[in-house]
Order: sequence, then structure tokens, then C-alpha cells
Amino acid sequence: MYPIPIIAEALINGLMLGAVYALVAVGLTLIYGVLHIVNFAHGAFLTLSMFGIWLLWEHAGLDPYLSILVLTPVMFGLGYAVQRFIIGPAGHGRDNSILLVTLGISIIIENGLLVVFKSDTRTIATDYGFRVIEIGPLLLSWPRAVGFLVTMATAVVVWLILNRTDAGKAIRAVAKEKLGARLVGIDVNHIYALTFALGSACLAVAAGLLMPVFYVNPQTGGAFVLVAFTIVVLGGMGSVTGALLGGLLIGVVEAASSLFLGDSLGQIGIFLLFILVLLFKPTGLFGARI
Amino acid sequence: MLEVRNVRTGYGETEILRGVNLTVAEGEIVAVLGSNGVGKSTLNMALSGILPLWSGEIEFTGKRIDRLSPAEIVEAGLVQVPEGRKIFPNLTVEENLELGNYRGDRSRRKAMVADVYATFGRLKERRRQYAGTLSGGEQQMLAIGRGMMSGPRLLILDEPSLGLSPLLVEEMFGLIGRLAGEGLTILLVEQNVIQSLEIASRAYILENGEVVVEGAARDLREDSRLRQAYLGL
Repeated sequence: MYPIPIIAEALINGLMLGAVYALVAVGLTLIYGVLHIVNFAHGAFLTLSMFGIWLLWEHAGLDPYLSILVLTPVMFGLGYAVQRFIIGPAGHGRDNSILLVTLGISIIIENGLLVVFKSDTRTIATDYGFRVIEIGPLLLSWPRAVGFLVTMATAVVVWLILNRTDAGKAIRAVAKEKLGARLVGIDVNHIYALTFALGSACLAVAAGLLMPVFYVNPQTGGAFVLVAFTIVVLGGMGSVTGALLGGLLIGVVEAASSLFLGDSLGQIGIFLLFILVLLFKPTGLFGARI
Repeated sequence: MLEVRNVRTGYGETEILRGVNLTVAEGEIVAVLGSNGVGKSTLNMALSGILPLWSGEIEFTGKRIDRLSPAEIVEAGLVQVPEGRKIFPNLTVEENLELGNYRGDRSRRKAMVADVYATFGRLKERRRQYAGTLSGGEQQMLAIGRGMMSGPRLLILDEPSLGLSPLLVEEMFGLIGRLAGEGLTILLVEQNVIQSLEIASRAYILENGEVVVEGAARDLREDSRLRQAYLGL
């Protein structure tokens, strides 16, 4: 058995890692909740955002956290355009076509990145990458604490957009009642693109939070989206709150299983939990309400 | 005000409306009657721009609207309260109303919400409640209130009495009469023939995607064929 401070430290660090997972999952679940499709391009968009952060660091010397401010509007615009001008028209409103289109986009992006960046792994060496915060006997990772706080702030912003703006209310309306929305004059295609934009913008934030502590190569995003997809199912498909709580939970579970089973088996806990949820509460832990 | 000429449309290969003609003049309540599956809701989807026409024309306040988007049709003042209400269950009552005036500015929207609350006191009591938690009658009120929010010139009501208790049906028809009394033009699409004919000025009877009978509601009430076919008398 480990001493209590070590366990507490691991779990809190896990909670903070989970926050970044949660951010990726929030984007995924938002898109699922409104468009009712699983966006296979989500991972590639995350990879793209991480390369964006890396490029801004490497060539403009911009701090990853500051780069978030640059990249978020870029990913928002890209997400909007990709849904409005590629996925929407090419999907013809059929779920399986839309699915394939998003898969195709992810293949194009990943291979495009391979052509440009090769399969080399790249990192950003900031002077705060290994900085720790001492709280009593606990040593907490500084960049992860930043990640946690920024994720929570982003979640609040997403919540405010969904609940306090006209566009957000329209997004929630379209999620549950598309025909009703069209009949009051809401342009459903615009709302779809807006949702996609919002989901992609979350990835830009996640990428900025990840780069100081992680690496990027053209396949990086896929691993995160696999975990994010688990979180989405765990939290209830389409539930933003569920994704947020589920992300934190997954972070803690991963940290706990790394601690007790060893680092290389950290993700076993995640998928064990996933299987248990599918067996006993297949609608997700937190129900679905967008 | 509304003129539908030779409208043909359907879903996929299946033709549902086979050349429908009808007109609605300003200030009228016009009923479109017929049993389930004769194309009443299809007609509404065509009028609202959800379903494209195969051929024919729809004119509203003198302008063609059959190529406009649903949003543009709402903006032109033709609003539909659809069958099954189609309210937003995950939004509050007030949010539902606000979205009924999605394109309006805030001050006008506020005034419209106050108007709707004046008509439907019940909705005001429940303004903070999720719409999905309302009773059937309240949901129907909300659907109509949401339809009123953009200040329509013509309101299409698709089966407003469906699923309501007899008492509420009575209330609903009373409300439709009041709305018309305030100058709103109404296209009432109903299966409830008796009560519709009582408040409508004219009516069309749809069968197999075609208008088979049309005339003044007063005359139709006395028509013996109709009484046999639809009223069981």
C-alpha cells in the first residue's frame, strides 16, 4: 500500500488530466447530441490543433497558452466550414454517408499531416512543463492545474453559450426537435455548422493545454478521441455535463489504475469501467440533456 | 391572402398531393378536413417550405413562396403550429417562446412574450419549467403561443385538438375563435369535422390527396353526403 499523500497526489493529478479529456469529450458529445453523428474527424481535428500550437511555438515563439487565443477562432471557423461546405452537402442527410465523410476527412487530415510533418514526434519544452505546486505534502503538476482551471472556464463559457445566447438556445432546440426548429424559422444547416464549430473550438483549447505536457505526431489525436468516446458513452450520449463529469472520472480512474497496476496498464481501468457501465447502465451515468 | 394552385408533391416516389387547389382570404378561418393519411400534413409541410413542390404554385400576400426557405416563409408571416406540437422539451417555456421569434430583436421579443402570457396565463405561471414537463393541453398552448411570437398574418393549426380531453378541445376551439376575432387569418387542419365546421367560414375536404368537396361551412354542415361520410349521421 502506498502512503496516503502519494495516492491523493496521483488522484488529483488524474483529475486534472481528466479535465483535458473532458474538453475533447465535450466537443464530441455536443456534435453527437445535435447532429446525431459520431464525428470520426474529431481526433484528426485535435491533432491538427496540436500541430497548430506547435507551429506557433516553433515559428512565432508564442506560448501554448497564448496560442489558444489565436487557434480557437481558427478552429471555430474551420469546423464551421467543414460541416457547412463538406460534411453537410456530401452527407445528403443520411447518417451512414455523414459517418463516412467524417472518416474520410480524418484520413485526409492525418495523411496530409504525415506528408508535411512526417511521423516524427514533436514536443514543446516550456520552462513550466515540469513545474510543481506544493500544497502541504502534495506535489501537483502546474501545467495540469492550469489545464484543469482553463477547462472549467471553457465549460462555463460553453454553458453560457448554450443557455444564454439565441444561437445556443437554437442549438439545444435543434438537438431535440429539428422539425419544430425549422418551423419557427431556425436555419438548421447553420446551427449544425455552428455546433461543429463549437466542438472544434473546444479542441483548440484542449490542444493548447496538452502541448506543454504531451507530444504530437500525426496520430496523436486518435488516442485521445478513443478515451473521449468512452467518456461520451459514460456520461450519456449528447450530455455536455455528463461529458465533463465523465472526463474527470476517467482521469481519476486512469491515475488510480496507473498507480496500482503500473503505468503501462493505466488505461485498463478506463475500459474496465466502460464495460461495466455498458453492462449495468447503458444509457450512461448522467443521463442525456444538452 | 393564401392561394394554392395545382400543388403536387410527395415523399420519394410516392405522390401524396395530386393537384390541390385552395384559397384563404384575409380574416377567414378556413378548415381543411379529412381523415388520417389523406395528405393534410403533407400540404402543411409544402406550405411551410419543408417539402419541395413537384409542380404547382403557392402564393402568399401576392408573392410566390413555394421556392422560399422555411425561415423566409416564417418571415413573410406564414407560420405553422405543427401536428404533435413539436415544442422543444429540453428548453423552458419562456425559451420556447423566445425561439418563436428567433429573428426578432430583443425588445420586440419581450413585448411578444408579454402578449402571449396575456393570452395564456398558464404559460406565465410555468415560464421557468421545461416544456417537456407540461401537460398535453399546456403543450398545445405553448405551441400556439410560440407560433404567435413572430406576429404571423396567417396561422396554420395542424390538429390542435388531437390528444386533448373533450373539455380542452372545447377550450381550444374557443381560443381559435378568439384569435380569429383579433384579426388573425387561420388555416385549420383537423379531423374533428363537427367543431371545425362550427367555427370555420369555409372548408375543404381532402381525400387521397385531392380536394373532393369545398364550400361554405354552413352548407357543408347540412350536406347529407358529408354527414354520412364524416359525421356518421
